[in-house]
Amino acid sequence: MRIQVRFFASLREAVGSSNGELELESGATVREALAALRAAHPKVSDARFAVAVNRGYAAESTPLAEGDEIALIPPVSGG
Amino acid sequence: MIRLVSEPIDVAALTAGTFIPDSGGVVSFVGAVRDSTRGRRVVRLEYEAYPQMAESEIAAIVRLAKERFGEVEIDVVHRIGTLLPGEVAVVIVARAPHRGAAFDACRFAIDTLKQTVPIWKKEVYEDGEVWIGDRP
Repeated sequence: MRIQVRFFASLREAVGSSNGELELESGATVREALAALRAAHPKVSDARFAVAVNRGYAAESTPLAEGDEIALIPPVSGG
Repeated sequence: MIRLVSEPIDVAALTAGTFIPDSGGVVSFVGAVRDSTRGRRVVRLEYEAYPQMAESEIAAIVRLAKERFGEVEIDVVHRIGTLLPGEVAVVIVARAPHRGAAFDACRFAIDTLKQTVPIWKKEVYEDGEVWIGDRP
């Protein structure tokens, strides 16, 4: 299944892009997506971030579906 | 009302506004860009957001504030893009029948926004730049 990936702030600069796509096995969870992202982008391995799926914070165990949007959320600093 | 904007915020318009009939207390927080951090002069700030999620997380904060503090209306406007020292990055206005809930809700909203809402600021100095939050 194909999912969309979004990068922000320091991760966006480190990866060199604000978004991308991932091909995952059906039944994959956030955990598998992160493993694939770390393999594709070494800078992701060094970074601290939370994860959102379809614009809500998610856990590593959160399952993914075709067309989902996963976002890597570095430590926030709004306000 | 929750809004992410790219242009300067009209603070007076937001904080005056039209009083709802039972708002005995109106408390505003105005967050402005400081001109220095730990002795380093700030040239500009760059704010970035994950817009759809930022709005839904702010909406969740407003809902939580109503659960905790009772009848209260909260408006949140956050600016994104490039801001100079002295410019306003965020305005939060809380209106309630009594001042206690207004103070509490306003404080809660800005404190929680700073922890959960996917907005990031990069401080640009004369000799470098850093995304705030990345250093422990």
